[in-house]
Parts: sequence; C-alpha cells; structure tokens
Amino acid sequence: MTVALDRHVPLLGGFNGAVIGLEIRRMLRNRRTLLLSMVIPTVFFLAFGSIPGSGSGASVLVSMAVYGAVLATTSGGAMVSIERAAGWSRQLRTTPLAPAAYIAVKMATSVVLSAAAVGVVYLVAAATGKAAMPVWMWIVTGVAAWLGSLLFTAFGLFVGYLMPSENVMQVIAFVLMLFSFAGGLLLPLSLFSPALRTAASFTPMWGLNGLVHYPLAGGSFNWLWVANLAAWLVVFTAGAAWRFSKDTARV
Amino acid sequence: MNAIEVRELHKRFGDVTAVDGIDLTVAAGEVVAFLGPNGAGKTSTIDTLLGLSTPTSGSVRVHGLPPREAVRRGLVSAVMQTGGLLKDFTVRETVAYTAALFATHRPVDEVMARAGITEIANRRVGKCSGGQQQRLRFAMALLPDPALLVLDEPTQGMDVAARRQFWAQVRADAQAGRTILFATHYLEEADAYADRIVLVRHGRVVADGTAAEVKALAAGRSVRATWPGADVAYLRTLPGVNSVEVRGDSVLIHATDSDTVARYLLNLTPARDLELAAAGLEDAFMALTSDNATVGATR
Repeated sequence: MTVALDRHVPLLGGFNGAVIGLEIRRMLRNRRTLLLSMVIPTVFFLAFGSIPGSGSGASVLVSMAVYGAVLATTSGGAMVSIERAAGWSRQLRTTPLAPAAYIAVKMATSVVLSAAAVGVVYLVAAATGKAAMPVWMWIVTGVAAWLGSLLFTAFGLFVGYLMPSENVMQVIAFVLMLFSFAGGLLLPLSLFSPALRTAASFTPMWGLNGLVHYPLAGGSFNWLWVANLAAWLVVFTAGAAWRFSKDTARV
Repeated sequence: MNAIEVRELHKRFGDVTAVDGIDLTVAAGEVVAFLGPNGAGKTSTIDTLLGLSTPTSGSVRVHGLPPREAVRRGLVSAVMQTGGLLKDFTVRETVAYTAALFATHRPVDEVMARAGITEIANRRVGKCSGGQQQRLRFAMALLPDPALLVLDEPTQGMDVAARRQFWAQVRADAQAGRTILFATHYLEEADAYADRIVLVRHGRVVADGTAAEVKALAAGRSVRATWPGADVAYLRTLPGVNSVEVRGDSVLIHATDSDTVARYLLNLTPARDLELAAAGLEDAFMALTSDNATVGATR
C-alpha cells in the first residue's frame, strides 16, 4: 500500500467558510466577550436610555452599539495573542493555512461578531420602544456602527501581536473604556473643558462616534471625523502589519 | 524519490550552533528514530523539515520540494511537543478546523477513530489528559494522509501506559506505507519502533544504522583500571573499544569486547585493580552521546 504523492494546494490559502464558522462558534463560547460586547451595552442602554439629560434614547442606543461592536472586533483581532501564547499559531504553520488567510479569517469573524453586537442592542431597543428614530436612521446608524467598528479589528490584531499574553483581554477592556470616554461615547463631550475636548479629538473613537451620531444629531458635517478615522486606520493597520511580518519572520 | 534529503544543514541562533552539518537521507517508507539527548539539535532539524525555520546554510527537501511547499500540499505533517492546541475548542472541532485548511483530507471521523479519540470527540481540549491531547495531535497529523509523518518527542511527559497506547496507534498506521521520522531521547522507544536509528550529538550525526547496529555500538561493558600514564592511543586501536577516558591515575574503557581489553591490560601492561561492569542500554546510550565518546558511523 502506498501513499499518494499527487497533491494540491488549498484555494485562497485555506480561507473558507467552515473555518470562519468554527471561529465564530468559539468566540460565542467566550463569556467575557459576550458579556462585554452584547450584554453590557444592552443593559446600559436599558438603564441610561431613558434618563433625562443623558441624551435621547436613540443617541444612547447608537453609542452602546458602537461600544459593543468595537469590543467585539477588538477581541476578535486580539485573539491572535492567546493563540500565539497557546502555540496554536505555530501548529497552524504546519498546515497549508497562509498567514494572510489567517488574518482574513480573523477579520471575517470580526465582521460577523460586530454585526451581532449591533444587532442585539438594536433588537432590544426596537422591542422595548425606548429609542425613537425614523426607520432609515435605524439602518444608517446601525450599518455605520457595524462598518466603522471594523477599524478596531486592526487595533486588536496590533495589540494581540504586541502582547503575547493571556491577559490581553483585560488590557483591551480597560483601554477601550478610556477611548470610549475620550471619544464622547459615554459622556457628552460638551461636559469636557475646551483643552480636554481638543485632546479628545485625537483619540481613536472620536471620529467614529461623531460620524455614527451625525445622522441623529444633525448640524454641520465635520470632515475631521473622517480624518481621525482614516488616520487611526492607517496607524492600526500599519502597526498590525509590522508586528505580523516580525512574527512570521521570527519563526 | 527520497522522502527526506538534508544536505550540510547548519542552524545557528546567534552564537549558539544548534545544528552543525547534518546530512540525512530517508527513503520512502522507512521508520526512522532521531535519537539524541536534549539540545542535540533534533527539534531544530525537525523545524527546518516542516518549514517552521529556515536553515542558516545547507538544503532541505521533502519529497523533492522545499518544506513549506510540501506542507501546503499535505505531503508532510507533524505531531509536535506539548502546546499547540486551543482549550476552548472541542476535540472534534479542533480536527474539523484543521481538516478545513487542506485541499483534500481524510474524513474527520476516520482519523479520530484511527487515533482512538472517537469517545472524547465532544470533550473540550482543556479537559483532556496529556495523552489524549497527544492522540488528538496525531489525528490532526493524519488528516492530509501525509507521505511523511514527523513526530517530535511525541510521548514526552506521558506515563508508560499512555506511551504504549500512543505507539500502538502509530505503529498500526505505519503499515500504510508512510515514512515516519520521530525524535526521542528514550533509547528503548527508538529500539522498539524504528527500522533505523540516527543518533545525533552536538548537532551532528554520530551513528546511523539499524537498531541492532547502533545497539551493538552501544552494548558492552566498561573496564576500569589503575594505570598511571596509560597508553590511550593504543587502547583505542583494540578491537571493540568504543571509548577511552582517563581520570587521574585510572583509565575507563567502554568496549563491546571487554575480555580482550582485560587480557591485554593484565598481561601486557602494569595496569592493576581491574573492575568490569556491565553497561545498561541507557548507560550505553549515554556513552555514545557523551562528550568523550569516540564512535564511528556505521553508514
């Protein structure tokens, strides 16, 4: 009996639906990620969505959706840290999976999870009737929160490659909390001093927050939101690509 | 075509030389033990075979291909040492995930049955024993139906029963005509499961032959005698002498034919206080791989 030697290379370096499906199943099993990206934003919305002075229910809803989606995408990216610490990345290198396909799998997983994070809090809001918006605004803000949060997949990958540790998730939850405050997600920026407000406009969630709230808040469009988002996208993607290339070279 | 062709392989990490000129040719279908003490360069060599690291110099071919190309085609797969598994996947999910990465693969249920993990398919990897995790790694390695299977210290940290069970599974699989290269520092493991043993020390091959040939090199007795100013050069020329070591006034000789050595020492030299001791297999292995050993390759 002999073993066949005529072999093929997988399409797309091993990127496929079955792998993404298993990744999603694994993420949904992670209680901390579920709690931070879906349960807490929903609870916060229910708790603060109808308090006078905290902005309209719709505004709180949008903020919470962004917060949950960003946590989901960052966690999705940062999983590389845990996988490296466990030696799983090294194990994967003994399979046909291409390094770029591995990153693509992580990003695709993040796309699905952030959609779920936005979907959950939006569904609860719709069911409880605590957020009043025209239908088109539900769609526009929801899609904006979902797509905008994908920026943070790159952030998660960057941090994940930077910190080869099991504690990366605690660090991320803390850092994202700071970003959320500075971005105006949790408190209106009008409460900040002018100097602090200027400083806040350079933090990574400020642009996303402004853009996602724009359909709701109205007023004039601020191109600096776009500039902020684009600049951080470049920074995070470059950082992740740099660490990633170091990582594969080190092998 | 040969399964493995390694030529003049060198691997250095900064000032440390892990592999210092290894040549190794393994024909398709051979079961080869890569035997040596820790730090002999076994894992460094295996890493280059799997495309996990690139040689400092020298060439490595797996079925005529660069290692990474062979991996992408599923021609070679590996069971690595500990680690390399995700705790929050189940056993079945881990196998299914790996299966999805190959262009073609054996059915998931088939490899799990062959590795003996069907009963624990739905158990979380984090809840599996070391032996169960190793059989899971073995199942994953079987997925591409590899022409070459590489096992790096596969039974490290297993108890005797788990070790025996693991090897029973590997041996059953070897009958499929697969080439198998396994690294180990257990001499009895190499003896029991390999057709051929390649002994490495300090990043070089020091012996290469059938288990019987290498054991013959290692078998024998040690002879100790008090002989100030011993004629070491002549002792080394005696038939069956593997190593000669001088410790102060005494001389320690390891030989397959200890009778000849003893006769020579007593009849023709001023040596006295002769002591003869049988060397166990492990002692013999230590003798072969220790710094003072002088061993000739049989191939």
